[in-house]
Amino acid sequence: MSLGPHADFIIASYAVTALVVVALIGWIAADYAAQRRVLGDLEQRGVTRRSQRGKDHKALGDTP
Amino acid sequence: MAVIDLANPTRFLTLVNRVLPWLAGATALVFAYGLYRVGGAPDDYQQGATVKIMYLHVPGAWLGMMAWGVMTVAALGTLVWRHPLADVAGKAAAPVGAAFTFICLVTGALWGRPMWGTYWVWDARLTSVLVLFLLYLGMLALYWTAEDPNRSARAAAILALVGAVNIPIIKFSVDWWNTLHQPASVVRMGGAAIDASILVPLLIMALAFTLLFFTLHFAAMRNEILRRRVRSMRMMQARGA
Repeated sequence: MSLGPHADFIIASYAVTALVVVALIGWIAADYAAQRRVLGDLEQRGVTRRSQRGKDHKALGDTP
Repeated sequence: MAVIDLANPTRFLTLVNRVLPWLAGATALVFAYGLYRVGGAPDDYQQGATVKIMYLHVPGAWLGMMAWGVMTVAALGTLVWRHPLADVAGKAAAPVGAAFTFICLVTGALWGRPMWGTYWVWDARLTSVLVLFLLYLGMLALYWTAEDPNRSARAAAILALVGAVNIPIIKFSVDWWNTLHQPASVVRMGGAAIDASILVPLLIMALAFTLLFFTLHFAAMRNEILRRRVRSMRMMQARGA
C-alpha cells in the first residue's frame, strides 16, 4: 500500500488518533482501579453507605 | 430488567459490568475489520492517498457532535426529570467527546495542509468545531473544579443546553456560509456523494468509533458512580468521627 507524497501527514493522523484513544482508555482504566482501591480501603475500615447499612440491618433481622 | 430499573445506580453497575466486555470486544473486532477495509480502499482521484485521513476525521467529527448530543439529553434528564444517572452520564461523556473533537481538529489540520496548503483557516466549519472543543474544555473545568457534584450538575446542564445551539451551526455552516471546507458529502439530501468503495469503509470506521464511544462512556459512568460512592462514604466517615 503506497501512501504517496503526503505519507507523513497520513501517518501522523493515525499516530495522533491512536495516541489519544490509548491515553483515554489508560486514563479511564487507571481511574477505575483508583476508585476500586479507595472503596476497598473504606470498606475494610468498616465505612458503609447508608443504603448498604440498611441492607446489613435487614440481613441481621434488625430495624435500620 | 425494565428501563426504569436502570435509574438505580447499583442495577446500572450490574448491567455495565455484564455488557462492557462484550462491547469492548465488538469495538476491537469492528476496528480491526474497518482498518482492513481502509487498507484496501482506493485512493481518491483528486486527493490521492490523503483520503485515508477521512476515515479518522469524519467519525471524529460525528462522535464529537454526538457526545454533545448525549450531554444535551443528560442535561434534560438532570433539569426536567431529575434522573439520578443523568448528571453521571453527562459528566462521563465530556472527556470522551472532547477527545473525539480533538481528533477531528488535528486530523483536519493534517489533511488541510497538503490539500488546501494550510493547517488552519478561520472559516465557519473549522471555527464552529473549535468552539465545540472550547465548550468541552469549559465543561470539563466546571466538573473538575466543583467539589459538590450536586452543585455542578445544574450549571453543567445549562452549559450543555446552551452549547447544543452550536451543533446545528457546525452541521449547516458549510451551507450557510462560503467556506473552504467541502460541503456535506455523506448525510445530505439526494444521498451520499461518495463512491461505495470509499463510503463503506468510512461507515464501518464510523460504527467502530461509535462502539468505542459507548464502551468508554459506560466505563467512565461506572467510574463516576464509584467516585460518588467514595464521596458519600467519606462523608459518612467524617460524620461518624
